[in-house]
Amino acid sequence: MITIAGAGVAGLASAYELARRGLAVTIYEAGDAPDNNPCSWFAGGMLAPWCEGETADPQVVRLGAGAIAWWQQVTEVVKRGTLVVAPPRDTAELTRFARRTESHRAVGAAEIAALEPALAGRFQQGLFFAEEAHLDPRRALRDLTRAVQDLGVQIRYGTPAPEQVDVDCRGMAASLPGLRPVRGEMAVIEAPDIGITRTIRLLHPRIPVYLVPRGDGIYMIGATMIESSSWRPITVRSLLELLGAAFALHPGLGEASVIETGTGLRPAFADNVPRLSHRGDTTHVNGLYRHGFLLAPALAKELAAQFCQDHSHADHCERQTA
Amino acid sequence: MRVYGSEITSRLLLGTAQYPSPAVLAEAVKSSGTEILTVSLRRETADGSGAGFWQGLRETGCRILPNTAGCHSVQEAVTTAQMARELFDTPWIKLEVIGHSDTLQPDVFGLVEAARILCGEGFQVFPYTTDDLVVGAKLLEAGCEVLMPWGAPIGSGQGLRNPDALRAMRAHFPDVPLIVDAGIGRPSDAAQAMELGMDAVLLNTAVAKAGDPAGMARAMALAVEAGRAGFAADPMERRDMAVPSTPVLGMAEFA
Repeated sequence: MITIAGAGVAGLASAYELARRGLAVTIYEAGDAPDNNPCSWFAGGMLAPWCEGETADPQVVRLGAGAIAWWQQVTEVVKRGTLVVAPPRDTAELTRFARRTESHRAVGAAEIAALEPALAGRFQQGLFFAEEAHLDPRRALRDLTRAVQDLGVQIRYGTPAPEQVDVDCRGMAASLPGLRPVRGEMAVIEAPDIGITRTIRLLHPRIPVYLVPRGDGIYMIGATMIESSSWRPITVRSLLELLGAAFALHPGLGEASVIETGTGLRPAFADNVPRLSHRGDTTHVNGLYRHGFLLAPALAKELAAQFCQDHSHADHCERQTA
Repeated sequence: MRVYGSEITSRLLLGTAQYPSPAVLAEAVKSSGTEILTVSLRRETADGSGAGFWQGLRETGCRILPNTAGCHSVQEAVTTAQMARELFDTPWIKLEVIGHSDTLQPDVFGLVEAARILCGEGFQVFPYTTDDLVVGAKLLEAGCEVLMPWGAPIGSGQGLRNPDALRAMRAHFPDVPLIVDAGIGRPSDAAQAMELGMDAVLLNTAVAKAGDPAGMARAMALAVEAGRAGFAADPMERRDMAVPSTPVLGMAEFA
């Protein structure tokens, strides 16, 4: 029996990969339902490794490349690419973004209009990352929860983990040395008439934002990145900036309803790259920063591979089927 | 360079915002050889919640110069400075009072007022100001012992938009440490500032947003050193006419 602390995206993905190899797994989750995860619940759900390459370590791009196929096993993934645009005044940002990233092509006004009719005439230049995708992180968490339960994984909600677990996936609650919180704030809006179908990134020197469609006219707008451990609700300034940028993307979003705002603390190491680390008999899966959904699959696979090499578990590991 | 009684060897000061990660920031700090880092105390972190990030900065061994970036009023700047003194245990404060949200131009009236209040409270104020001589004089009257004129708007990377004004500042305040703060985009901009006789350069975006921040930090450090050495070596004056570098007299004549 393998015990895991934390049923966020890292804990569930780890359980999935271990259970798929025939190992018995129990997850302890302090929250009382999948909806109460403090970090994964507020994620953007972008599966956009190449866009992230603008500032992220090359490892993030490499590890994230398999995420789309992995999530397609358990939940609906919308693979319509990412469209990156910039207001006319900030096209230099687009040049810089293009230089720092791969797997994109330049698109002009006509192609932007064809990809997203809602943005027709609003942007003259953009970049299209055709291979990228997005998912609804809340639906994905529920689907993944069901998938691991179908594989026989026990999830004990409302139950703090015992002192000794095999795998610790509790993010900031794990209080690992070198781990720091990066506060993120987001808003969810409802704009039934806009009809944007893929992730849009609006580049801006001060306030770059992304808008991720959640279906049914719902969009997530994110996200701030503040070196802070504060849980307090989104600040007026942050909300102004996020919504102002959304309004700059499309004035029609000015009529949208703000249906939710949220704050989460992303766990990050100094290089903002996640890793497996060993302390005593516990393996920590942590530091996923802003890449929880993007990188949890790769880390979970690495974790499962380590457990299957370990003699005490090796006898129980079945040959991996997929 | 002596600032508020402290001897500073490196003439390059670095800001700590906008880096891809704290690890990249730490590498840039190391390759720049800087001794002073500025840290913005945003309202979000004024309660001490930024401790995780600050710990990493302390580990670089650099001296911390907290700043009041993003403050738009005297009261806001003074309160932020007071919090910074407690959190970072230093009398140093880089004072910014922003007057215009688009250009991030300093509100020089508020700046002088805030400087007077903070100097009165025992702070050692590093004022982020324009290249205006009268404002500079008033800041010195208020108790500042260093001036930080802009080269161009914050984060614009435009280089020195008004080198003559900086030259005039040097002439008017021959004994006041002058640190060009804001507007540096490329190493040549930093070298130019130093050639004008500035005592140091403070920059952030030019390094943080470079493709290779550590590489750019090194380039900036070299540029600052080259510019300073050039200034100290008393450069030649410009001339309108060409002057052959090879002597004409005594050349062989082929009749």
